[in-house]
Parts: sequence; C-alpha cells; structure tokens
Amino acid sequence: MNVQFRPESSATVSLKTAIADCDIHPARATKDELYPFMAKRWHAHLETYGIQAYHGMMEGPPYPKAQPNASRRDAWPPEGGPQGSSLSFMQKQLLDPYNVALGVLNPLASGQGLRNQDFASALCSAINDWQIEKWTSKDKRLKASIVVANEDGVAAAAEIRKRAGDPNFVQVLLLSRNVEPLGQRRYWPVYEAAQEIGLPVGVHAFGFGGNPLTPSGWPSFYIEEMVGHAQCQQTVLASLVLEGVFERFPKLKMVMIEAGFGWAPSLAWRLDKSFEKLHSEVPHLKRKPSEYIRDHIWWTTQPMEDPERRDHLFQVIEWIGWDRLLFATDYPHWDFDEPSRVLPAGVSDANREAFYLGNAKKLYGIA
Amino acid sequence: MTSPLPGGVDCDLHPAVPHLTSLLPYMNEYWRDQVTTRGMTDLVSQSYPTNSPISSRPDWRPAQGKPGADIADLQKQALDRFGVAYGICNPLYGVQMVFSEDMQDAFCRALNDWLAKEWLDKDGRLRGSIVIPTQSVEKSVAEIERCAKDKRFVQVLMLVMGDMPLGKRAYWPIYAAAERLGLTVGVHAGSAYHNPPTSIGWGSYHIEDYVAQATAFQTQLTSVIVEGVFARHPKLKMVMLESGFTWLPAYLWRLHKFWRGIRMETPWVDRAPLEIVRSNIRFSLQPIDAPPDPATLNRLFDHMQSDELLLFSTDYPHWQFDGDEVLPPGLSPDLVRRIMIDNPLATYGRLQAVKETTP
Repeated sequence: MNVQFRPESSATVSLKTAIADCDIHPARATKDELYPFMAKRWHAHLETYGIQAYHGMMEGPPYPKAQPNASRRDAWPPEGGPQGSSLSFMQKQLLDPYNVALGVLNPLASGQGLRNQDFASALCSAINDWQIEKWTSKDKRLKASIVVANEDGVAAAAEIRKRAGDPNFVQVLLLSRNVEPLGQRRYWPVYEAAQEIGLPVGVHAFGFGGNPLTPSGWPSFYIEEMVGHAQCQQTVLASLVLEGVFERFPKLKMVMIEAGFGWAPSLAWRLDKSFEKLHSEVPHLKRKPSEYIRDHIWWTTQPMEDPERRDHLFQVIEWIGWDRLLFATDYPHWDFDEPSRVLPAGVSDANREAFYLGNAKKLYGIA
Repeated sequence: MTSPLPGGVDCDLHPAVPHLTSLLPYMNEYWRDQVTTRGMTDLVSQSYPTNSPISSRPDWRPAQGKPGADIADLQKQALDRFGVAYGICNPLYGVQMVFSEDMQDAFCRALNDWLAKEWLDKDGRLRGSIVIPTQSVEKSVAEIERCAKDKRFVQVLMLVMGDMPLGKRAYWPIYAAAERLGLTVGVHAGSAYHNPPTSIGWGSYHIEDYVAQATAFQTQLTSVIVEGVFARHPKLKMVMLESGFTWLPAYLWRLHKFWRGIRMETPWVDRAPLEIVRSNIRFSLQPIDAPPDPATLNRLFDHMQSDELLLFSTDYPHWQFDGDEVLPPGLSPDLVRRIMIDNPLATYGRLQAVKETTP
C-alpha cells in the first residue's frame, strides 16, 4: 500500500468537483405513461394479463422490500407519483446538490425478464423511447441505457442496432439473473450488436430467470436476496469469461452494476487457479481468466462494501485497479451511497477524480 | 515453504468408495436386490469426475481404480507425509444425488458402516463424518444418533448444494442432534444436483461448477446466519470444507452492511455476522484462492481479523497443491500451530474422545 488513511472519524470530505452517477433508476409516474410509445395491442395486453415474469407475483417483488419500492423515505416527489418518477425532484434532490455531470439511467422495471418475448420487446422499446422523451431530452446531464428483451437475442440485437449512433444512449442494459447464465450463446447477439455500435454492456443486479436464487433452492429473506446479488454476479462474470465471450468479442466492455466489487479479486484468483488445472476443458480461452476481467470489466461502486477498517477496502481497490471503478448512488433506492462520504481523505487526487468522474466519462465516451 | 508441524489434524480427507457394489455387504437384502436387479450404476458425481485433474493430484493417482480408494496410499501420501495425529474422513460418494429418501437413507447407512469398518477400524488416526439422507430430516437425525454411538464419528456431513438452503428451519432437528451429541456440522463442496449448480442456472463446464462452489458457500453462510441457527444452537460449530476462504472478508463486509440496514427483517440475529462467524464457523485451509505472493495472502489473513477460523486440510486426494506445499509460504509459526493443532482441537470436541474413554 502506498496510500495512508486518516482515522475513520475524520473521513468525510466535501465534494466541490463534478461527479458521475452511474446507477440512477427512473420510474414511471403513472401506469399508462408508456402507452404513447406502444402499439394499442399491448395496452390491452397489459390491462388484461399484466406483467408476467419468471416468478409468480402479479404485483410487486417475490421478496418484499424493506420499504416501499426499496426507496429512500424522503424520495417521494412532492407532486405525487413513485420515487424516481419526477425529473424536477431528481434534479433538486440528486443532480444539482451533488454536482452530477453525468447521470446514467438504468430502468429496472422494463420488459426484461418477461415470459412473453413479444411483449418484452414492445415494453423495452417503449422504455427506450420514454427515456429520451421524459429524461435525456430534458436534462443533458442524463444518459440512457438501451434495455432489451434479453431472452430473445435476435429482437434484442435489432433494438440495439436501432439505437446505433443515438447520443442519448451510453450503454446496453441487462440484468444479472436470466433464464441461463449470461455467457451462454443465446445472449451472444446482444454482445455482438453492442460491440458493433461501440457501447458497453451493463449487467445490473436483480431480475428473475426462473432459477432458485441459490444452488440449494429458494432462501427465505429479502436480506438473502440482497446479499445474494454478489454471488449471482460472480457467477455471471465466471460464465462470461469461461464461455469465451471476450475471445469472441474482443472489443466488448462490460459493467457490473450494483453487485459490489469486493469479491472481484478472490473470484479472479479462484478462476485462475482452477484454470491452471482445468484449461483443457476450455481451450477456447487463450489467456488467464483474470486477464479478461482486468481488460473488459468495470464496476459501479454502490453499495460499497463496509469493512470495520476502511484501509482493507482500499487494498481491495488496489487489487482491482482504481481505473475500473465507477461511482454510483443508486438513487432513489434506500441503500443510496452518499457521494461525500464514500472516499476518506488520503486517496490521491488522480484516483479520486478517476473514481468519481474520469473513469465513467472515458468508458461512456462523454467529452 | 512453510513446514507442517507434527501432530496436526487433517480435516478434509476423501476416502473413495470403489464402486456401488462395494456397499452391498452393508445393505439389507431388499436394497442389495434393488441395486443388482435394477442394474444401478456407480454414484460418481459431476462435482468430482474420476479423471478430472482436480479430482486427484497426478502423483497421487493410482495405476488402477479411483484416487483415494486405497488406505495404504492415504496413509503414505497424507497421514504419514504430513505427520498428522488425526485425519477426518469426508466421503464424497454421490449418495445425495438419488431422489428417493428411502434409497438415500439405505445408501447413507451403508456408506457410514463401510467407512467405520474399512477405514476407521484400520488406522487409529482416522475419524469419520456421518453422511446423512438430507431429504428426510427424521431419517437424518436417526442416522446421526445411530452413528454417534461410535465416538470415532466427529462430524455430520452435508453438501453445500442440496435441496434447500441450510438455514431453513426444517433442518434444525439435525443441528439440535449435532449440538447435543458434540458433533460439528461439516458442509462440503459438491451438489446433489437437485437444483441447478449455480444461482443463475446450469452452466456449460466442470470448471464453472467448481468455481461456483465458493458462491454456494456464501449463500449458505448467509442462510444459516440470518435464519438464526446459532441463536438457537449457540454451541454448534459448522465447518466449511473445501470452500475457499479468501472470499470471506469482502463477503462479510457486504453482509454486515445489509444486516445493519435491514435487521428488522430478522430480529433474532442478535449479533453481528462477523461475530457469529468468529464463534461458530470454521473453514478448511485448502483450497487457497489467492495469488502465490505471501504479502497478498498475509493481507487477506489481516482482513479476516481472526486467527481461529482456519483448520488444516490437505483435501487428499484432490489436487490443490504440489509437493509438500500444503501450507502457504510466509505463515508465522504461531499461525501454523493454530491452523494445524489448536483450531481443529477446539472445533472438533470428539476428536480425542476415543483416547479419553479407552485407557
């Protein structure tokens, strides 16, 4: 370690410089807000059959959140509607006070993870139009993510190519839990199209793909689902590497969103160690697994792991690389990371700038 | 290289069942007939294909048969080689994969009797783990009580990937029996394949399954902690076997953060997860998923904030290290003594029971 840290108690720093927030969740104010962007056929479908995902609940999540919409209690917009549904309130509560120069929108309740693929495509496309109409065209700090019907590779690739060159979009968005692990061939058209149009692919924690949330079946509690995102994401990353996605798509960049990053070094060491002995099973890999990870993967920071001793976390960041972390708040969700409290004094100016803004601008191609 | 101390405890040895037919003498007539009439095949799990490089170190692989099937090999290559006082046998025969609880029960009973007769009887250093038919908690408890009469059984053995998360209340009678009888609960890598082997479905490769084992241990640790197993059974020790441990610090940082945020959901978890791990959870040494430089590994030991968590293991005959390099370089002599002797003796209450009761 070449960085010294002050004791915990003095570890708050005022944020005068601009930051990027790489995980903002915009919401619809009303149920029919998407209707202008969808064929009438789908309005009727939604009213009649609702949203049918790979779990049994018609409304709400299978694991009840700790508070409504998993959101901060102070994030209800004054004009009504759910948290994250008002641009003016988002500006007032997040973008202006924290000096957000770049905010990346990741719509979660999109068409992803639906069982009906045609409906999934229609919803995703509508959400992409809606992001422009309601958000990015009204505030130039905000950039959108292309959401796609992830289980239908052909339709997903078409949606990605439709948005090629549109400066409103800075990434393609997938969720971590799908019908199969994300390295599987059915998802390769997404990677091919993303590489072609030059956008990174973000993989946000969450979703349901029909598989139990653990290899021993369904757990009981919301906390298990939340902590478990880190395990799902490790498995996603292992799948991407071991299937050879980065050999096939050498220019592909991927972002691991809201699943932590502290596990990254241990996973990379385990992959490398197993690869030493089992490489004959995966001859399509030309390099050590850790090298693909180092070259192709970025990580958003929230929720930052929380050790008793902060210097332990910063040793882990050294192992990952300061050039690979993207600051995120997860607004408006309850486990929001307060930008001014994340990094203690003692981090070099260069690392601080990269962590809060520079890495994101570079990855997302923002001047 | 760090030299092993004599008199240690090897907490993870894998004696191999040569074939399902090897268990026939330990089954009743009905099950002998079932196995032969139905032409049942050997229960080799995908977790450890016999010829996979990780299933045996090249120089430990016998000319014929399964690695770990010959007690003379195990004595020479593991017990004698590392000078241990005790070695704990964790059979990984694929009895958990069958779907009938009756068949699973019959196979577990046969396996436990086979272990006692063909291994424990033949070397006084060996101790056993009780393999249980987890699809039936009632039968599992009965098997624990039956085997525990033999003091050489020191542990109950479960797989990290089974039918339900291990913290689920349905399993608690197993933990009550283990705590009452002074047995640890060992959780070993491997799957019953009753669920997909990862939390996001079926992957393509053996290496993928093996890498995923570590994540399965993480989800199980969350389950046993948040369900409150250790609030109910404070004296119970659980040992994570072949789990890896370099993931533990960052995993606990995350769990701790969410526990602080939403502990109202599980109010019976009355201690921080890290404290529960320190008092009730142990980890076998091998495999060590870390880069080979001692500085990084020592940072990780520092991140673990305890020198009581690790228990010496060779994982014999699995291939985790070469030569005699079972201990990573750069360990202090004090830590070596804890890992090899103090921690295992403190964890396995029944290890020395035989010595104490038979003068």
